[in-house]
Amino acid sequence: MAAVWSMSRRFIIRSYNPFVNSVRRGFSSCIDPSDGLTDEQKEFQKVAFDFAANEMAPHMAEWDQKEIFPVKTMQKAAQLGFGGIYVSPDVGGSGLSRLDTSVIFEALSTGCVSTTAYISIHNMCAWMIDTFGSDEQRHKFCPDLCTMEKFASYCLTEPGSGSDAASLLTSAQQSGDHYVLNGSKAFISGGGEADVYVVMCRTGGQGPKGISCLLVEKGSPGLSFGKKEKKVGWNSQPTRAVIFEDCVVPVENLLGEEGQGFSIAMKGLNGGRINIASCSLGAAHACVHLARDHLLVRKQFGESLSNNQFLQFKLAEMATRLMASRLLVREAATALQQNRANAVSLCSMAKLFATDECFNICNQALQMHGGYGYLKDYAVQQFVRDIRVHQILEGTNEVMRMIISRNLLTES
Amino acid sequence: MSGRVLVGVKRVIDYAVKIRVKPDNSGVVTDGVKHSMNPFCEIAVEEAVKLKEKKLVKEVVAVSCGPQQVQETIRTALAMGADRGIHVEVSGKDYESLGPLQVSKIMAALAKKEEAQLLILGKQAIDDDCNQTGQMTAALLDWPQGTFASEVTVEGEKLKVVREIDGGLETIKINLPAVLTADLRLNTPRYATLPNIMKAKKKKITQVKPSDLGVDLTSRLQVLRVDEPPQRQAGVKVETVDDLVSKLRECGRI
Repeated sequence: MAAVWSMSRRFIIRSYNPFVNSVRRGFSSCIDPSDGLTDEQKEFQKVAFDFAANEMAPHMAEWDQKEIFPVKTMQKAAQLGFGGIYVSPDVGGSGLSRLDTSVIFEALSTGCVSTTAYISIHNMCAWMIDTFGSDEQRHKFCPDLCTMEKFASYCLTEPGSGSDAASLLTSAQQSGDHYVLNGSKAFISGGGEADVYVVMCRTGGQGPKGISCLLVEKGSPGLSFGKKEKKVGWNSQPTRAVIFEDCVVPVENLLGEEGQGFSIAMKGLNGGRINIASCSLGAAHACVHLARDHLLVRKQFGESLSNNQFLQFKLAEMATRLMASRLLVREAATALQQNRANAVSLCSMAKLFATDECFNICNQALQMHGGYGYLKDYAVQQFVRDIRVHQILEGTNEVMRMIISRNLLTES
Repeated sequence: MSGRVLVGVKRVIDYAVKIRVKPDNSGVVTDGVKHSMNPFCEIAVEEAVKLKEKKLVKEVVAVSCGPQQVQETIRTALAMGADRGIHVEVSGKDYESLGPLQVSKIMAALAKKEEAQLLILGKQAIDDDCNQTGQMTAALLDWPQGTFASEVTVEGEKLKVVREIDGGLETIKINLPAVLTADLRLNTPRYATLPNIMKAKKKKITQVKPSDLGVDLTSRLQVLRVDEPPQRQAGVKVETVDDLVSKLRECGRI
């Protein structure tokens, strides 16, 4: 009956994606992602896995190839509480912990990395407003962001300042009841589609202390966007330059104090790094299962690939590194939640380690598929392409090393 | 109609798991295997919650029979919108031999005790495929039954039920209180939302023993042996239609 149930479910109730089915359920194994979680966390995870399998996985290839920004699907996710997972409930958020968030994004990522990554950026912005905003700002912006009635973008990087973020040039001159912004931001996820732009800009002197955070709403005079970038992956979210030409922003949209902007940006990124690392975990989890399934099915030299010791050992290594990555990410999430002294370093370590390891895992999984791994008919290549950028954004893995070494070498 | 709906939910091996038979052929391997709520039970819960949202019922109570682990299944029902749960504690040998007759006795006793107006079950469980519990419970309670329900409408103190039967669709009208069993197309179960999962933590699950309900769990059935289905044999290729017809005649198919 279970077989009949699978069949009828496939055709009748929800679209069934064979590869994701074994990914999210099936065997309890050494890499079971529900291991060590509380009952409640397992429930969150289950919803996220179900949503990923039913609402995202069947469309992930189409979203990638046609570069579709899946607004309706994301709004469906928001209805379940995924729009503001760690935002306070009094403004529409779900009020969950960083660890709960990591578990959820890891599960959602198995359905579509690119879309989940955007959802995580959106969550980060909503949290920044929730945490540093005045009551008026929180109640004005957060509810719509939590339902994904409105979308948000995080604007820090500029053409001239990536890793050297504190050297940003976009200026904001106060003029009575408004600021006038001039400059441009590069590589902005959701740029052009988002309604609320969290923009780090210079109101004071040089360096981080001269930077403030302004909320720029779509439709503001002087706000425009560059062309949509053509990317190797992350194609279900548009990436554009955001251009400010005498852009007028009301003074009420200043988030926190003048000069606090860089600190707000970095605090947002601590969580953002855990989220991105979690997305990498989900992709690697999916790819380990894809590789495993392929090894069991593909035969060469008279037997299935799963009998080949090299491939068995390779699979074991992939699983081990996935587990190690997952544990580090979850520990960093817990440390951030508890505001431990080493939280920032741990978040950097987790982002560095997990994004690197998981990319290698996905890449290995592609290799194990042989020629098939290179075809777009097979999902493994999309996971590889999508998570490649995780080693670059939200702070390159080189910058992660800077943060960690600084912690080690600074006399305290 | 207003009042209480009881929904039975069963914890079964997850539908995506590859089932393996125990080496001693006494049953299937359940240890360490992923379990979840029977899909037809999910549909039953969804229907009950829908009735509550339409304000046609006041309270949805999720019931499950089994060891401690079935509380996970009850919590899932609570996260979908059930108000409280009842865990009927059955474990060990009693749980291994628990079948539709025993469960229907328990359900009937609970329906009376809780003064339920409606009992909704899944049409069958995907592990044993019995398709008996709903029908037996209705008989024990002497209540009307609307089985294989694909559509349920409340009309005053009666229910209009569209049933999926072999010949097509049959529409019946039954009095309350009644037993319904949910079929595939009755509804699409909702995802639990994060807030509801957290609210579910605070909802109450009461524990009850079958002896408290005066139910005798003795089974009249004994499982002798469980085997895997026979391996699929290779087919035979034929050259012409005449060959096909004669081959079919040979093995007595025509």
